[in-house]
Amino acid sequence: MTEILEFNIKGGDFNQAGKASSKIKKQLIQLGVETATIKRIVVATYEAELNVVAHASSGKLTAVFEPDHIRITINDIGPGIENIDLAMEVGFSTATKTVREMGFGAGMGLPNIKKNTDELEIESTVNKGTTLSFRVNY
Amino acid sequence: MKISELVLLTEGRIVAGNSDADVNIERAFSSDLMSDVLTLDDHQIVLITGLANLQLIRTVEMADVPVVLLCRNKNATPEMIQLSNEIGIVLIETPFSIFRTSGILFQNGLKPLY
Repeated sequence: MTEILEFNIKGGDFNQAGKASSKIKKQLIQLGVETATIKRIVVATYEAELNVVAHASSGKLTAVFEPDHIRITINDIGPGIENIDLAMEVGFSTATKTVREMGFGAGMGLPNIKKNTDELEIESTVNKGTTLSFRVNY
Repeated sequence: MKISELVLLTEGRIVAGNSDADVNIERAFSSDLMSDVLTLDDHQIVLITGLANLQLIRTVEMADVPVVLLCRNKNATPEMIQLSNEIGIVLIETPFSIFRTSGILFQNGLKPLY
């Protein structure tokens, strides 16, 4: 049976960052998914959630729970990514000082999402926004 | 290493979770960079850090880190304590620096991740 959870993410609101990932984690535990797989999913989701909070003005996260995998899609309204290949490189970052002071913005987010997922697609338009979608098999 | 031993060795104070928590810590990782913590594959570790904010707790929740040592008397905020209790993380404050805490725990048998 397919289950869908949807969340709104507010840009700049670091105190709320992680709430969607936390709810998704609880749902995956309830579904009995293996611990190591849950970690891959929630780490990727949290990285994506943080990207919206750090860079965009708002975003929407949709989690689709299928019997053998999960698909997470995050749409944001924001600056977009100028060069996706460059953004995928470890160490490349456009994060602000504030984001770095919180312990993030080291240019490790997108590569870490790729590492933890089985499929990853990114579409972005500069000055409009980004859609990131990934799948993790159980 | 049990939680009670971690507390004793670092002259720490538990501010969330409890010393009876059934965890046996074998490895430690010292970092203020949460992006780095999110790349760790190991589970039963203690995170030694000087960063005290809500995102620290969210990060260890996602990374499945069961115990956090806050160094140099960084105080956990009420929000951090509440969230730690909600998700079952043991939070310990220690007066020692990250270097000293890491050294003591290394000397007493905790292994590094890398």
